[in-house]
Amino acid sequence: MPLSAQPAGSAEPDVLAASLDNARHLSSLLRAVHFQDHATCFATANGLRVTVEDAKCIQANAFIQAEIFQEYAVQEESVTFRINLSVLLDCLTIFGTSSVPGTSTALRMCYRGYGYPLMLLLEEGGVVTVCKINTQEPDELLDFDFCSTKVVNKIILQSEGLREAFAELDMTSEVLQITMSPDKPYFRLSTFGNAGSAHLDYPRDSDLMEAFHCSQTQTNRYKISLLKPSTKALALSCKVSIRTDAQGFLSLQYMIRNEDGQICFVEYYCCPDEDITEAEL
Amino acid sequence: MRFRAKIVDLACLNHFSRVINTIAKLAKTCTLRLTVSKLYFILSDKVANGGVSMWCELCQGNFFDEFQMEGVAAEHNEIYLELVPENLSRALKTAQAAKAVKIKLTNKHCPCLRVAVELPSLSSSSRIVTHDIPVGIIPRRLWNDFREPSVPDFDVSIYLPVLKTMKSVVERMKNLSNSIVIEANLSGEMNLKIETDLVSVTTHFKDLGNPPWASEDECQSSAQDRDLESMAEARIDIKKLQQLLAGQQVNPTKALCNIVSNRIVHFILLHEDVSLQYFIPALA
Repeated sequence: MPLSAQPAGSAEPDVLAASLDNARHLSSLLRAVHFQDHATCFATANGLRVTVEDAKCIQANAFIQAEIFQEYAVQEESVTFRINLSVLLDCLTIFGTSSVPGTSTALRMCYRGYGYPLMLLLEEGGVVTVCKINTQEPDELLDFDFCSTKVVNKIILQSEGLREAFAELDMTSEVLQITMSPDKPYFRLSTFGNAGSAHLDYPRDSDLMEAFHCSQTQTNRYKISLLKPSTKALALSCKVSIRTDAQGFLSLQYMIRNEDGQICFVEYYCCPDEDITEAEL
Repeated sequence: MRFRAKIVDLACLNHFSRVINTIAKLAKTCTLRLTVSKLYFILSDKVANGGVSMWCELCQGNFFDEFQMEGVAAEHNEIYLELVPENLSRALKTAQAAKAVKIKLTNKHCPCLRVAVELPSLSSSSRIVTHDIPVGIIPRRLWNDFREPSVPDFDVSIYLPVLKTMKSVVERMKNLSNSIVIEANLSGEMNLKIETDLVSVTTHFKDLGNPPWASEDECQSSAQDRDLESMAEARIDIKKLQQLLAGQQVNPTKALCNIVSNRIVHFILLHEDVSLQYFIPALA
């Protein structure tokens, strides 16, 4: 249903205006990157990108391309603002989070530009909720400079294979060690916790392995507390691509299929843990 | 002073348990008033409760197969007990598949409500689980503190929206703000609003309907000449509203609220055999 947010006679058009028949297409993706209260929203003609960072070491991005929306218009080349993601999620899910088949919350989102709040209109079953969320100056974001030409190792796995592993990670370990190699053990996840060390190996010919392109043996460690939130994205996704570059920077890209079968992406970038400088096997 | 009662019917037992569960969610301690025909769970508006008061009324005949009550004296044939409803709720949890539940007022070492749950067993003799719930006997001279609150001289009376929707909205709003504004008019419109430095959220409900109050006495006079579109509003503690809504496990037959602008919101939730009134005062 078309929800008109523009008061009659207002001269300034919204710099960003978008409509979604099912707000869950947006809220579920945002939950997959919700590990800090604040996020930076970046809108271009291609769609919306929401970025969350922590400790200057980890960055998560949720991409909702323009085609997902029923209506999407951006009046400037790019629109950027910082917003409280917890508040945004509470507003998007104001009518509840359970997905009862047949009912969905319709969403209209409008932003007038710098200094204005983000306005949301949500409707379900004839009940309308209007939200105005204050926006702030966007932060300087990290640039991991991760491009496909610099990738040393890459594998693509079906998410179901990793879900249990990530859900049961030994959180008493400070790090998650990832080994990728053209030789055994091919792909190994290791933790070193209070009860001992645990290693989980995935053979390259496993059914879950969709692609395996490892040219060099690399072992890198990442702070487990920083990577743990990626479990949410993993739970939603059907496939995940795991890539590392020469410096050991990690890129996790999750392919997520929404209720209507459309594909969206969430990616996590993580710096290797600086305390460890030598590769170990 | 004597009190004994027995429930044998499982449906009545489950219904009674649900009522007790609701009361337990609303009050840590409350007063149980027993008369020949009814039970009342009462919370009076003390500062300790944040000024909230509650009046819940049940007809004993709808729940109990046997009910014998002898009050403190012939002219005052009632018993007033102070109890922790959570204790009663927990005792009744063991009765989900019971053959019978007997409740009795005892005074072995101190006054207690003895709840004896008879459970089915494979052998010929039943298993009985007994819970002794400590209660306080409230003396006759204090009974005036627990009189039924009168319906306030409200500005607007309106039916509540579907509780499930109202519950979801209030739960989310609780994450964002400590207080909530309820406003409603005589055209069946109600808005729930929160506003903080970070965010403002308003949910609009329409076509709710306004209950027709029989205007025999003058108590609704302030409502009668009122402009239909004009909103009566009150800002209340959002946790109290959320507790009230969370405690409703079954949809009531009738649910409405009366708003006295900037003073109090009076909620009335009616089920077939239980009526619950809940008063939430407006914040200063």
